Amino acid sequence: MTATAIRWAHRRTRAADAWRQYRAQRAGMAGLIVLAAVTILAIAAPLVADADSLDPTQAPGHRFEPPGARFWLGTDDVGRSVLTLTIYGARMSLLVGVTATVLSVLIGAVVGLVAGHFARATGWVLMRLTDWFLVLPQLVLAIALAVMLGPSAATIIIAIALTSWASTARLVRSATLAVESRGYLERARALGGGHWHLITRHVTGAVAPLIFASATLQVASAILAEATLSFLGLGDPAVVSWGTILSHANDSGAVSYGAWWYVIPPGVLIVAVVAAFTLCGRAVEAIVNPRLREAR
Amino acid sequence: MSLVDIRDLTVTYDARRAAVPAVRGVTLSVQAGASLGIAGESGCGKSSVALAMLRLLPATAAVGGHILLDGDDIATMSFGKLRAVRWSRASIVFQGAMHALNPVRAIGGQIAEPIRVHDPATTRADALTRARELLRQVGLPAWRADSYPHELSGGQRQRVMVAMALACRPRLIIADEATTALDVMIQAQVLDLVSDVIARQGIALIMISHDLSILASTCDELAVMYAGRVVEHGPTAKVVAHGAHPYTRGLARAFPTVGDPASRGRPRGVPGDAPSPLRLPDGCAFRPRCPIAIDDCAHGDIPLQAVAEGRRAACLRAGEETP
Repeated sequence: MTATAIRWAHRRTRAADAWRQYRAQRAGMAGLIVLAAVTILAIAAPLVADADSLDPTQAPGHRFEPPGARFWLGTDDVGRSVLTLTIYGARMSLLVGVTATVLSVLIGAVVGLVAGHFARATGWVLMRLTDWFLVLPQLVLAIALAVMLGPSAATIIIAIALTSWASTARLVRSATLAVESRGYLERARALGGGHWHLITRHVTGAVAPLIFASATLQVASAILAEATLSFLGLGDPAVVSWGTILSHANDSGAVSYGAWWYVIPPGVLIVAVVAAFTLCGRAVEAIVNPRLREAR
Repeated sequence: MSLVDIRDLTVTYDARRAAVPAVRGVTLSVQAGASLGIAGESGCGKSSVALAMLRLLPATAAVGGHILLDGDDIATMSFGKLRAVRWSRASIVFQGAMHALNPVRAIGGQIAEPIRVHDPATTRADALTRARELLRQVGLPAWRADSYPHELSGGQRQRVMVAMALACRPRLIIADEATTALDVMIQAQVLDLVSDVIARQGIALIMISHDLSILASTCDELAVMYAGRVVEHGPTAKVVAHGAHPYTRGLARAFPTVGDPASRGRPRGVPGDAPSPLRLPDGCAFRPRCPIAIDDCAHGDIPLQAVAEGRRAACLRAGEETP
């Protein structure tokens, strides 16, 4: 066997190990199944639902038709199928949730790594900045940002990312400090490695599993934040997401009309996906940090 | 010119409320290809000397004096120059090989690390080839390059550290308690390996240990440190066999002779503890534990003086027998 083959064999065993540990956690598996179902539905949306029917002028049904054979989940105030809306809404909600999380974790990881590595003056300044973001009410700051930048999906992503990186930064910094005291970092310094070398070669790898676990948990809150901001009318009104569906339902008086089918599907899905991401995040966290695993 | 020239080195740690003098004026030099042992109890400042040589001490340590490596002063060097000097001119074999290796990376890549840091033009494949060759030099099969640290035994890991120290063809290797955590048989193997490699490649060695027998078997010269100072310095065999300083004699006696019934039950070592660097006694720091101290020992500094050809000791009664 060649060297790379051996290394890949190692990686495969490790991945198989992690997967086995993951599978042993029932809640994590339930979350993963929900996520997989929603993701497949979102990706396959054009195959199962007609995008043209989202245009209010081409709405196929009448106002507030209750669930029936033609529209399984009824119609909205202009006659569009709530099922179609919900399926297309999944795309936007997942996209914004994941993108905002990636951005937020990226900012948090960089700030945390730099603050942990340059623990003295630079770290102090960065941590005070982090504290500031941590104590600011997240929603208020996000609303202010979204209003400033104008309603669009990009606005929501930026608003969520800029208001949620602080906890990741704290987490990454503490993990970095722990890694920095290891012997192999002293060795890497002694052999002439600079800051860039130390951070990229040794620290990032050791901190990465933790970053991944925290990212999975953060997707949940990002999706919730997206729904909140969209509901408050700060998203792009032309794009369908679960938050905007709820917002429209609210504006059109669906609740007082008794059109429960307009409100419940996006609402239930938001809860389901948020719960699923949280369950997955907890399961990943338990693998990364064995102390969290239940004793058996 | 010597390869290493340490002149009047002082290291003072800034503890919360007090300044802790760990090294108080050490002057030593090593010629190219020569070997120097530094002996002493825990806390005598020997590791601080080693780390100061590559400016690896934490920011809380204030370093005074000069350390010349090939004529260049380490203390005043720019960080970029210092990085280039580290490992390419002097490398370190660290104490705990388990901790000095990254547990999640194959060891071949870790041996290749200094090669690629110092010559970024080296391809990954070339560096790995050289890493395998280095593994063979330290008596490990080349396929071990793909192993992870936890798959190796303690002795093998220490061999990996030696291979890593050789990676950039340094002129000096600093071994800081490099074999302390190993059992005696493995210790002997690693010491043989180090002696063999440095002799063949003409590398100078500074070996730091609390174990005189290790230093006696590997080093030409020996410096004994006590409370941050060198108290005796000279050719190893003479210093070990006939220490001029009472502390050296105590240290030499602390190791029993295996199989010698006469050494059994004989008073060993040095009674008492080394003084805290925060509360050093006046005069000779060894005075409270010294069996032959006289009143004069309590006053002023006891300088390191020549006691014989090539030998120095810091004792007013140098060479006198301990009762």
